Amino acid sequence: MSFQALKNMAVMVSMSVVLVACVNSGTSYTSRASKEGTVKELVRNVGDRVFFSTDSSTLNATARGALQKQAEWLKSNNVRLKIEGNADERGTRDYNLALGARRANAVRDYIVSLGVSPSRLRTISYGKERPVSLCAAERCWSKNRRAVSVAR
Amino acid sequence: MTYIMRQLNKVMLVMFAAMFAAMLAANSAQAALKIDITQGNIEPLAIALVPFDGAEIPQGSQSSQGQASAIGQDIVQLVQSNLERSGLFRAVERRSFIQTDLRANVRPRFGDWRIINAQALVSGQTKQMPDGSLIVSFRLWDVFAQERMAGWQYSTTPENWRDIGHLISDAIYERLTGESGYFYSRIVYVDESGPKDDRKKRLAIMDQDGYNPQLITSGKTLSLTPRFSPNSQEITYLSYAEDKPRVYLLNIETGQQEVVGDFPGMTFAPRFSPDGQKIIMSLERNGNSNIYTLDLRTRVTKRLTSTLAIDTAPCYAPDGARIVFESDRAGRQQLYVMEANGRNVERISFGLGRYATPVWSPRGDLIAFTKQYKGRFLIGVMRPDGSGERILTEGYHNEGPAWSPNGRVLSFFRESKGEKGGPKLWTVDVTGYNERPLSTPGFASDPAWSPLIK
Repeated sequence: MSFQALKNMAVMVSMSVVLVACVNSGTSYTSRASKEGTVKELVRNVGDRVFFSTDSSTLNATARGALQKQAEWLKSNNVRLKIEGNADERGTRDYNLALGARRANAVRDYIVSLGVSPSRLRTISYGKERPVSLCAAERCWSKNRRAVSVAR
Repeated sequence: MTYIMRQLNKVMLVMFAAMFAAMLAANSAQAALKIDITQGNIEPLAIALVPFDGAEIPQGSQSSQGQASAIGQDIVQLVQSNLERSGLFRAVERRSFIQTDLRANVRPRFGDWRIINAQALVSGQTKQMPDGSLIVSFRLWDVFAQERMAGWQYSTTPENWRDIGHLISDAIYERLTGESGYFYSRIVYVDESGPKDDRKKRLAIMDQDGYNPQLITSGKTLSLTPRFSPNSQEITYLSYAEDKPRVYLLNIETGQQEVVGDFPGMTFAPRFSPDGQKIIMSLERNGNSNIYTLDLRTRVTKRLTSTLAIDTAPCYAPDGARIVFESDRAGRQQLYVMEANGRNVERISFGLGRYATPVWSPRGDLIAFTKQYKGRFLIGVMRPDGSGERILTEGYHNEGPAWSPNGRVLSFFRESKGEKGGPKLWTVDVTGYNERPLSTPGFASDPAWSPLIK
């Protein structure tokens, strides 16, 4: 499925949710509609992920910029974040689990330093178990060395 | 858990050892035939495996005699595969046999076997009893010394013929190498299925030679790094049940499982202590991973390392006195040995590259590891003091060595590149000369070997 098709579907889904919300004018529906909106908003408009260099959990300027946007957004949206740390496949399993945890915590600590309550943040490491980019080359590995923020 | 029940009910294996024990003892002192398996690249020993005869059955029917005979053929084939896989034996071509009427209960014409350069000879018999049980006997002969080296008889049910084949293989291996065998054992591993970006990882158990693979966890939760308990009844592993990576204990008889300990962060990289009383593992807290033990009886936890580094992959020495682990405290992953109480930490790996996943041999003499060097992943061994490093295999990605119960063979996984790539299991002996694929139904990783089945 193309990205455009996905986007169209997402728009349709959110439209129908809004429609239902209007008809029923019930609070539960509106809150659900806004929640769905914010989850997608994080992915689409704020940016849900940051990347790391090999073996590193240091946040570079680009990553810090992205997390500043996340922190700002968190201040105006009442959601919790699950921060998922990941590693590329060029490491051993146990080490990559630990490295993913380091990355997720680096993100968490930085967001907390920007004034977000730690109680809204949860970290998890998936090590090298969840690659999103599959080629055997740096251009793919660099996309897998990531921490992804998932709104809940 | 039908598999497990089968294992349990299995084999009321009765061994009538006494028959030949006296003769064995008499012969052992002067037995000339012996393989020294500590040498690399040795010339395999030529062994002739005579088809077992399906013997006359007391009050038996023709059909069961046929079945006994067929099982006899299968057992010989299995013994041959086991011995040849070890790299220490070469089966003499059956076509070249001169004596084709060798029965189990008679002395071979040794000259007929010498002339075709068979050094060792195995003959045997399978007998189906009126109650349905199967009696299998075999004899191992030293062709040049013209002596019987071993002889055993087993009673079992016909379905368990593979177990008998593995026991016979171990008996031959033990008699000819002077080392304990490893054929009657199992391997637990991670079965991997589905596309690389959505891969299911489930635990599976199979016989050491790849037969009888059985899934033991569901595909719903990610399962990693299974390890056997010393009595082979339990497995400790990492499960993502409830979206929390934590160490679990799984009883393979009952299927029951429980979380190991109540820790605030991720627990991972578990292994049993040699006495089976403790689990040693890493606990991650706020991004920092250290090594802990949990006593399974008292539930007391003990912290063994306290650094800001990644301390993980701990493994006890077989005597339980020391622990080897990996840490990046010096910048990159390296191997360290400490006493079981966490004191006197010493770095043992100093070569170029990085060292990970240390596993102490059950013999105590070597530590196997994964080494990353120049973008390649190697499997190697070194002595516990770090000396004598030897690389056994190398390539794009080799990882996770696991020792056979006799400390002579390593299983590991090798991953192929790219979108369609995935891991498969391999074995290599400690000399590094005998590397072989270990067949599994699909992709497979994280092998761990059971102790010999008793």
